[in-house]
Amino acid sequence: MSTDLPEGKETAVKLADSDFAADRREHDVRSALLDYWGRIRAGELGALPAILGLAALIVLFFALRPNTFLSNQNIANLCTQALPIVILAMGLVFVLLLGEIDLSAGVASGVCAAVMAKLIADSGQPWYVAVISALAVGVVIGTAIGWLVAVVRIPSFVVSLAFFLGIQGITLRLIGDGGTVPVRDDFIVALANKNMPVWLGWTLAAVCAVGYAATQLLRWRRQQARNLHSRPVELVVAQSVVVAGALLLGTYLLSQDRAASPLIFLGGVPWGVPLVGVLLIVCTFVLARTPYGRHIYAVGGNAEAARRAGINVTRIRISVFIIASGFAAVSGIVAASRLNSVTPDAGGGNTLLYAVGAAVIGGTSLFGGRGKARDAVLGGLVIAIIDNGLGLLGTKAYLSFLITGIVLLFAASIDALARRRRSNTGR
Amino acid sequence: MNAGDAREPAARAAGPRALPYGPAAPSGPADPPFPGGAARVYRPANAADTLTAHDRSARGDAARWEPLGMAVTPVLDLRGIDKSFGSVKVLHDIAFSAYPGEVTALVGDNGAGKTTLVKCIGGIHSPDAGEYRFEGRPVRLGSPRDAAALGIEVVHQDLALCENLDIVQNLFLGREQRRGIALDESGMEELARRTLSGLSVRTMGSVRQKISTLSGGQRQTVAIARAVLWDSKLVVLDEPAAALGVAQTQQVLEIVRRLADKGLAVVLISHNMNDVFAVSDRIAALYLGRMVAQVRTADVTHRQVVELITSGVSGDLGLRR
Repeated sequence: MSTDLPEGKETAVKLADSDFAADRREHDVRSALLDYWGRIRAGELGALPAILGLAALIVLFFALRPNTFLSNQNIANLCTQALPIVILAMGLVFVLLLGEIDLSAGVASGVCAAVMAKLIADSGQPWYVAVISALAVGVVIGTAIGWLVAVVRIPSFVVSLAFFLGIQGITLRLIGDGGTVPVRDDFIVALANKNMPVWLGWTLAAVCAVGYAATQLLRWRRQQARNLHSRPVELVVAQSVVVAGALLLGTYLLSQDRAASPLIFLGGVPWGVPLVGVLLIVCTFVLARTPYGRHIYAVGGNAEAARRAGINVTRIRISVFIIASGFAAVSGIVAASRLNSVTPDAGGGNTLLYAVGAAVIGGTSLFGGRGKARDAVLGGLVIAIIDNGLGLLGTKAYLSFLITGIVLLFAASIDALARRRRSNTGR
Repeated sequence: MNAGDAREPAARAAGPRALPYGPAAPSGPADPPFPGGAARVYRPANAADTLTAHDRSARGDAARWEPLGMAVTPVLDLRGIDKSFGSVKVLHDIAFSAYPGEVTALVGDNGAGKTTLVKCIGGIHSPDAGEYRFEGRPVRLGSPRDAAALGIEVVHQDLALCENLDIVQNLFLGREQRRGIALDESGMEELARRTLSGLSVRTMGSVRQKISTLSGGQRQTVAIARAVLWDSKLVVLDEPAAALGVAQTQQVLEIVRRLADKGLAVVLISHNMNDVFAVSDRIAALYLGRMVAQVRTADVTHRQVVELITSGVSGDLGLRR
């Protein structure tokens, strides 16, 4: 307590002292863990539900199908199955962060894939022209939705529902009723069907693990050096170790021989995985470390406050829909690669629900302002495991729909309950 | 009623106007109307330095302006401000001044025009008629951004904080510091700490708290800190203590006083006479859209101010009947 103040001001200074004192303590492992526990109890669940869900599902399906579920082949299969969901969900995270929704993202991925496939198959364009065209279609769709939502101020639910119907019509017109456009371009097919050489997979995994640990530790050291808020170093190290472990374990599993015949070797990380990795790193950086990302959170948290702070709310709103549709295009291309073809119902059905479910299960709030790019990856894995596991169990289609719907509702309930809990506990 | 009616105190307040451009503000006609080029009268050039505790001891006392008779340019000087919404005239011929190093309390009953006046000051509304002088020079504000560029910050009653962001993120919202394309988190956190400790709020390890975890008083503190983080010269606080408990109110008032002691001009809107008398140097009373008096707090009593608010007149003060 400073003593150089006149007698009369004593009380006020004490109050000022106490006001911020609640959080004033040394952060060691114990207090950080207690803090974390407190946050969870207060409804800030973060990635916890997704990780628990992943563990529970893996145990469940392994118990039910011990021979097939964790076979080398199925793990790789699971991975490529998750790719389009994860990419679509990652784009949706941006929209969900504003508390908006894009119901058309799934069918947008379908129309973008159709454009790409038609350009390659019918017009003989090289793959990069087709991919750029598909991305451009995504951007155009996103701009249109964003403009209608942000400028005309139609609720995004209605706008994207209209696009959901309209775009399916366009895809149908492009491909023709009952038609199928095959995808045979080597590059496109390789995305989901070919694997990196084993050594390259290991190298990339190692580089990522070391890079992650280095970034975390460097930040910690900078914060220490400048006496800023930082986490205990033990936790930083532990987190780096966990991430490195997950990366290396994944690489190990995907590097096993999964060929049906013992004569050939089939293994390695599918090429789509580093694609998702790059998208994850870029999105995480943009959301957490750039003014643009900060403004997205601000608009999602309190649009009026953001507007008064001089943020161009309209531009932010339009941009997230462009991002979502752009990611949808990438997702559509990967899905087309996996299926080797594009059909008129590409991206229809439960594609969008899977992606929204992935984002929400991962921890992104439907109410806006909360969420991370990694949510899409964690939640996407959960959804892919459910989809994959139910397939292995030979569940009837109607049951799969029911179960997936229930899972989505369950995730949304956790989100809503956690939110209520947060407001009750003043968080 | 007009400026002439607001008797002696107003006449004294008119004193400084004899020197239209204060001694340290040698602004020629060629000067741009917005800062950057504007000379600062009582604050250093570096915004980052303005609010450190160190600063206060070094310069704070010197920046304390002595009695009103002295030739001090008001930071804000409004004359003859009219504002109508449709056929409803909300502000009549308002004269209002705010001085550096002083807390000017703006009082008035509901509907007296306080909020409209604040919105005119903050650039949200533009007055229909009248003269708006900032640091002695006439300016026109087209938007809140113009006001912010001049160094005018308004803390609205609803605070406008993002609850999902932490204190540092809120303080710099919309004006983030960056290093390359990335945010300069370390720099912002350091500056936030210095600003908050300049407001005598201890923040060790807590500037990374989310706003949603803060109490009402803490939120108010963050909103005020955001207003003074920049090179602001005039801070307008709209009912900062309205929703606060006793202890928190006292803390906020302490901060308000500190701001003035640093040399800022502070305009405080309040309904609470105790708060007004505890912290203000001057009181400006609005009554049905007219400025009935702008007086030194020391020259009036509690009862007189209440009379001015409720009837527009108190003894010699206020409207002439």
